[in-house]
Amino acid sequence: MSVDLVTRTAAELRDQMSAGEVSAVEVVGAHLARARAVDTEINAFLKLMDEQALDHAADIDRRRAAGEALGPLAGVPLALKDILATAGIETTCGSRILEHYRPNYDATAVQRLRAADAVVIGKTNMDEFAMGSSTENSAFGPTRNPWDTDRVPGGSSGGSTAAVAAFAAPLGIGTDTGGSIRQPAALCGLVGMKPTYGRVSRYGLIAFASSLDQVGPIARSVTDAALLHSAIAGPDPLDSTSIPTPAEDVMASLDRGLDGLRVGVVAEFMGEGMAEGVRARVTEAIARMEKLGAEVVDVSLPHVSYGVPAYYLIAPSECSSNLSRYDGVRYGMRVDGDTAEQMMARTRAAGFGAEVKRRIMVGTYALSAGYYDAYYAQAQRVRTLISRDFSKAYERCDILVSATSPTTAFPLGEKTADPLAMYLNDIYTIPSNLAGAPALSLPVGLDDQGLPVGLQIMAPVLAEPVLFQAARALEADLGFDPTPRGPNAVTAPS
Amino acid sequence: MSLTVDEVRHVARLARLALSDDELEALRGQLADILAYAEKVGEVAVDGVPATSHAYPLANVLREDQPRPSLAAEDAISSAPQAEDGRFHVPRIVGEQA
Repeated sequence: MSVDLVTRTAAELRDQMSAGEVSAVEVVGAHLARARAVDTEINAFLKLMDEQALDHAADIDRRRAAGEALGPLAGVPLALKDILATAGIETTCGSRILEHYRPNYDATAVQRLRAADAVVIGKTNMDEFAMGSSTENSAFGPTRNPWDTDRVPGGSSGGSTAAVAAFAAPLGIGTDTGGSIRQPAALCGLVGMKPTYGRVSRYGLIAFASSLDQVGPIARSVTDAALLHSAIAGPDPLDSTSIPTPAEDVMASLDRGLDGLRVGVVAEFMGEGMAEGVRARVTEAIARMEKLGAEVVDVSLPHVSYGVPAYYLIAPSECSSNLSRYDGVRYGMRVDGDTAEQMMARTRAAGFGAEVKRRIMVGTYALSAGYYDAYYAQAQRVRTLISRDFSKAYERCDILVSATSPTTAFPLGEKTADPLAMYLNDIYTIPSNLAGAPALSLPVGLDDQGLPVGLQIMAPVLAEPVLFQAARALEADLGFDPTPRGPNAVTAPS
Repeated sequence: MSLTVDEVRHVARLARLALSDDELEALRGQLADILAYAEKVGEVAVDGVPATSHAYPLANVLREDQPRPSLAAEDAISSAPQAEDGRFHVPRIVGEQA
């Protein structure tokens, strides 16, 4: 019974619950039990919310019995990245400095999930302040990949992706500043989507790099990811960067197929540095798209190789400013000092981990007197050129494709000593953040080690419908099985 | 690209990070490596190219200036590490040595 429930998609669970075949309490209970059992192996959750989740599920069952109208995700369990504010519930952002922080309010995305009647079962682990590509930078220990528990799940949304891959929840929420939804989705064999910048409200999303951060869905199927995106997308008066028009309908066109779509293969993303197993699956997936009726063309993004350098000026600069709020005064931890400055400097030195300190230092340097024009301002202009490259490419095609990540999941500890090597994980994902455009990672097979490979599909600003449409067609053709398997895989549901 | 420990210490002071000597020394090399890599953006000719700060054209998002409920004072200080008489409590600032 519970095996049956935890392996279902969100859409299936929703239909079973609305048909009265199973209650929300049963569905949520089965996922909480699975989450607790599996978390000793993967450490995906920072907090499981048994009591709140079961109360919430009971309320949904009661409302259903009373004939009330319910939201589109009624009773569906969800794993929430611990970067989104939840009223009265610890929100740590993976950092010691916020270890006991309880926000006074819910993030807009959390309010919308509640309005959709989704049930948050727990807050998930992440790289501290979303800075990382492996979830090893969490102050609360690393998360492990359900496909091979000696390997990383990717990051920074590695807790949410590990939870969904391990069947602890059918849906997960992540955030993506340079690839933090798409890269862990790729490494865990899942669908993950970064919406257009401004499409999902950032209100209550703890800020890392404000001009890049975006909330998005994680799921085991394209349809589930589209359902989750639909629940959270839309304008919000509490976020001045929120796009004021209503969200695009991503469900109506989901089954329109690939026939006639023009697919651009980004030449710069097919060069050296990509693992052979990744290249093989990506090349095959592109061939399948052609077979399904897509017109495949080669395109060039001439400035895209400057994406990672520009990102590692823009993101640290914005983070150094955003994280100045952690000063030991209004919330979070404090280490005492004789003066205000000493208290702040000691608090921040004790509260932040190594990667966060490193990025604050890079950003502070890049914004300091005499360097602003050469670094931050120059990077913002390069960003414009990358956006223009995308616009030019979209004159000839509807979507672009590449690998999501140059490698499959790597062993824990392999890249922690070399920050630059870790940064290059995001070489294919960063340009979409810089352009503010949507992009999705779809699992397209396994490499010769049995580890998942993700295909990245990119689209113009606000073209989310075509992203999901193309992904759904390829998913149906490939029939990828998201069940983790192999000698070091997480224990199967029982 | 190279940095002295004094330069790194100066940046740490600006960032309000009380770093140990070991941390300063480790960061000296790491910052130099990261900045040398990031300096590649300098190779690009950007004359006449505007800066992008937001991918979607939005400017001056306004709303009616209407009174509405806001966070109560006791809620606003409820997470403070130290509070007194409804206010945040901090070490002495006025008269502090710069």
